[in-house]
Amino acid sequence: MNDFFSKTDLSRKDAEAVISETLNKCDDGELYLENSKSESIVLDDNKIKSSSYSSDLGYGLRAVTGEVVAYSHSNEISKNSLKQSANNLSSTLKSKKGIYNHEIPKTNEKLYKDINPIEEKSLNSKLELLKEVNNYTRAKGGIVQQVTASFAGEHKSIEIIRAGGEVLTDVRPLIRFNVSVMLEKNGKKETGVYGIGGRQSYDEYLKNNNWKKVCDEAFRIASVNLESKAAPAGEMKVVLGPGWPAILIHEAIGHGLEGDFNRKKTSAFHNLMGQRVASEGVTIVDDGTLHNRRGSLTIDDEGTPTEKTVLIENGILKNFMQDRLNARLMSTRSTGSGRRESYKHVVLPRMRNTMMLNGKYSQEEMIKSVDKGIFAVSFGGGQVDITSGKFVFNCTEAYEIINGKIGSPIKGATLIGDGPSILKEVSLVGNNMMLDPGIGTCGKAGQGVPVGVAQPSILIDKMTVGGTQL
Amino acid sequence: MVKDQNHLEKTASFCLDFAKKLGATDSTALVTHSVSETVNFRNKKLDESERSDNLGITLTTYIGKKKSSISSSNLTENNIKTLIERCIETTKITPEDEFNSLPDKDLLAKEINDLNLYDDDHIENDEKIEYLKEVEDSAFEKKEIINTESGFSESKSNFILANSDGFLNGYKSSSFSASCVAVAKVSNNMERDYEFTNVCHLNDMSKPKQIGRMAAKKTIQKLNPQKIESEKISIIFDRRISKGILSTFASAISSSSIARGTSFLKDKMNEDIFAKSINIFDKPDIVKGLGSRYFDSEGVKTEELKLVDDGVLKHYLVDTYNGKKLNLKSNGRRDGTSNLFFEKGSISYQDLLKLNKRTLYITETIGHGSNLVTGDYSVGATGFVVENGVFKYPISEITIAGNFKDIFKNITIADDLEFKYSTNSPTMLIEGMVVAGK
Repeated sequence: MNDFFSKTDLSRKDAEAVISETLNKCDDGELYLENSKSESIVLDDNKIKSSSYSSDLGYGLRAVTGEVVAYSHSNEISKNSLKQSANNLSSTLKSKKGIYNHEIPKTNEKLYKDINPIEEKSLNSKLELLKEVNNYTRAKGGIVQQVTASFAGEHKSIEIIRAGGEVLTDVRPLIRFNVSVMLEKNGKKETGVYGIGGRQSYDEYLKNNNWKKVCDEAFRIASVNLESKAAPAGEMKVVLGPGWPAILIHEAIGHGLEGDFNRKKTSAFHNLMGQRVASEGVTIVDDGTLHNRRGSLTIDDEGTPTEKTVLIENGILKNFMQDRLNARLMSTRSTGSGRRESYKHVVLPRMRNTMMLNGKYSQEEMIKSVDKGIFAVSFGGGQVDITSGKFVFNCTEAYEIINGKIGSPIKGATLIGDGPSILKEVSLVGNNMMLDPGIGTCGKAGQGVPVGVAQPSILIDKMTVGGTQL
Repeated sequence: MVKDQNHLEKTASFCLDFAKKLGATDSTALVTHSVSETVNFRNKKLDESERSDNLGITLTTYIGKKKSSISSSNLTENNIKTLIERCIETTKITPEDEFNSLPDKDLLAKEINDLNLYDDDHIENDEKIEYLKEVEDSAFEKKEIINTESGFSESKSNFILANSDGFLNGYKSSSFSASCVAVAKVSNNMERDYEFTNVCHLNDMSKPKQIGRMAAKKTIQKLNPQKIESEKISIIFDRRISKGILSTFASAISSSSIARGTSFLKDKMNEDIFAKSINIFDKPDIVKGLGSRYFDSEGVKTEELKLVDDGVLKHYLVDTYNGKKLNLKSNGRRDGTSNLFFEKGSISYQDLLKLNKRTLYITETIGHGSNLVTGDYSVGATGFVVENGVFKYPISEITIAGNFKDIFKNITIADDLEFKYSTNSPTMLIEGMVVAGK
């Protein structure tokens, strides 16, 4: 375990005293301590472009009463600094009175091993592999103009001290390996990007020449795009492939089901609990308990063990995702969804691994049923306007569908839809559910956290495709 | 509030000295400290207060042409020493790169003329609360408004940049900002919009009533949007959106994209890339400017550049490393542009609205639909239909698409340039965009 108090004038006992005194008349709160190490090694343009390492340490002291959150954070763990933070919190909450909720569920399960992925693979072997990646990918032919490959690793230890001295800890490894390829043919340039990752050591993901598959996939996507023609513009049927395209669910539905937006009644879903928001065959869960997955957490950043939360069951809205604050104000319990990017950030209810479960149709049946539409296999980023419910995402690999058959690849285009109505347009749900490769980062209120998504293929009856071909 | 120059200099010098002792031939240290205090309000009640205190270092060490870097917010002497040792060990085994080096000494900033980027004024949280109350009260004057969230943030920062060639400089800066997000509702439709102010000096902030009223007005305008048919049509970008075209342009002329060959503007130097009437400036020395700076994060002085002259591309944004690759001198743009703007056009906002019989006026785009390699552009959008210069009705759930190479050539700029962000554009008309709707 990390000892946050070994190199400072602040003893654990002092800290506990400050916490208890500050949170005495509050509903909730804690001292959150974090020690994180991270590395980034990037190969680009035939060279090691950068190798950097970062070591960060800090705390965030939080007091919550009623609807009000007071937060103060610093990277100086000392008596003085903590006292200053405590004063800052007390002055915000001076006129408020609450009753501290000591109850917090416990878990003995660990969803990932206590390893430091940065130290488990030597720098030399990382540099060596990046060189191999570059050579292997460039050997695919003269059309390869640029190869970028990177390792990103992180080891984060957290400790949560609650009023009364209760302590909760977690150690979280996280890695990502990424390859990006740019091809040029007949004056046309296209890129392809692919990556893998999760909460295990680099070698778990790269072994058995798995890294070659990452290079192959990035090259394949870029090759497909070299042959792409202009995308159509207008409303049409859309078949989404399995796995990563589930970021549609993340954007269209997921954000709108986070507790804070619903407590504040700014989500387009806030008054739809218990009502039909999707077609009969649609069930969506947000699961923080999958072993070693990028979006999984043994405990969330308030100390609550994560769980598998059913959001939509057979088309009916069942639950929102909650942190402790929003759960208390909405008279329900935390779903273990309270997350923060780091000690520099307040806790917000966030997604973990958001998944649409299997239906009974094959992808082939879906494509066959479409006269004119598109088949979207992979996406870049997406975004949503919570209040109006409108969301977008960008295709990075897509094809036209004509008379039930997959046709030419089409250029990257934005798809736009309406969150509360899109899932009612889902007419077929596939039987081929797949998890994404472990590369997602979700942004909310300026905070990025690692997440996962999964889905089978689905057929959406009507969506607007933002191409240039009228 | 923020630590003084002396304190930061000591840490920077310690890093450089220790790195040298361990065998670094060159090194650069950046020490930054920032303190900020934010208060957030919601529906006329206090929602959140946040205080943030961040001290951090970044050190880059060179051994000949080998390079590596570390950063940390754990500044105990022992930890810094361990990290520098690690940095040196990493540097030793990182392959050489012939273009790695400190900047040319003659390009380093020497004197700096005070641009008034720091305001020592401090505003207590209680005063911030008074300001926000007035913001939200003015937003709620409109009965359609059902929800407001507003915030007031004050931040002060200081930094020292030092390198082993003797560069040692830094300065304080301050920022005061307030914003209001309003939600309006009629029957089954909810919409959201916002207004904000962000300045270096407390006294330059907008009045709270202006913020609240504008947020409410903009939100209510968006209620009951329609979806329109797909068509090819001229569109107008509000100033909130038009500046995004400049940001894309800036990314496409960064020396790193150019050197890697991954920009659609590669090999376009001295060629017409914009309409003839277009001039683009990057001016780092605007007094109290939000993007103003004296030098970049390598210490290279930044001077004004006319990036585009009568539609012709004249400069890339060059740092030391990519400059050496491209055989160009750094122009102090390691961190991108400073105060980037289109020179204002000759047509008024009202006349721009009337240029076409029917146009779409876009106030918000969503999604990350700019492809810098191909120049392809496709994003979700909301806005208004404008006919004969008159706003008719709001529209949403549409996309707009095109290619930047064409977009740049088909731009007309109004004369309403204001400096509200670090990157600023007047209202902009773009001919011939494809809109996808029904």
